[in-house]
Amino acid sequence: MIRPRKWLPMPLLSVLLLIVWLLLMNGVALGHWLLGGFLAIVIPLITKPFWEAQPRIKKPWLMVRYFFRVLLDIVVANLEASKVILDPLGRARPAFVEYPLELQENFAITMLASTITLTPGTVSAHLRMDGTTLLIHVLDVDDIGDMKRHIHERYERPLKEIFEC
Amino acid sequence: MIALYTLMEGVIAFFLIAGSIFALIGSLGLARMKDFYMRLHGPSKISTLGVGCVLLASIAYFSLLNGGPSLQELLITIFLFITAPVSAHLLSKSALHQKLPRDPRTRGNPEELQEDDDETTLEEAPQGSSKLP
Repeated sequence: MIRPRKWLPMPLLSVLLLIVWLLLMNGVALGHWLLGGFLAIVIPLITKPFWEAQPRIKKPWLMVRYFFRVLLDIVVANLEASKVILDPLGRARPAFVEYPLELQENFAITMLASTITLTPGTVSAHLRMDGTTLLIHVLDVDDIGDMKRHIHERYERPLKEIFEC
Repeated sequence: MIALYTLMEGVIAFFLIAGSIFALIGSLGLARMKDFYMRLHGPSKISTLGVGCVLLASIAYFSLLNGGPSLQELLITIFLFITAPVSAHLLSKSALHQKLPRDPRTRGNPEELQEDDDETTLEEAPQGSSKLP
């Protein structure tokens, strides 16, 4: 990991900006690198006052594993949701589920809520003001307790490992 | 070389067709589902994979055409993955705020949806007109 410095307050954001710039230009010529690098240093410096303190990512490699796990689950989620939609009898069993959160960082909760929306049959509907309960709408569920355990094991624990321990 | 092109043609066609089928199913879900919250599932998830498949086909096609990797489309995917859940979350949040009626089979009764006097479901709503002035 690169350490934050005075002229480089948010190294991750800078790297991301550089990558986005190179992708936008669709080339790796020296000029693109120079201009992209310039923007990657200047933009964080200018926008620094607007940013909340970001949590440090402790284990980047777990993040990569998490990413691929979610990618796989998105495909599975789509097949399952398609099955429910195409079911001629409309036998969906929808439910509202209140999910108690263990995560505390805002960014980690955002990641979890987005993951829940993108994966099997669930849309995160509402985060209560106290920030400890996430209201989830499920399209088709059999055992609610089982589903909560699944979310906890598969998504929340890895996120907790990435951000907080 | 010809064999490679034929193979890639097949792969690109596969992704295009898969993507359009998913997009179609997602729109079907929007039309077929019973209440707002269930309708939200279609566009928020399935469209992501639909667009993802089309973009994969686009990456493959232009990489082959230009003889080098063309990764611009990855940007669209990243932005889609960030924005789709956020918009779905905001939509359902405002639906909860408006207390939109939900399908009577829905289990669970969140406090956000509880009415002051009685709760409304899709079936009860039309009969409950006696309360109106």
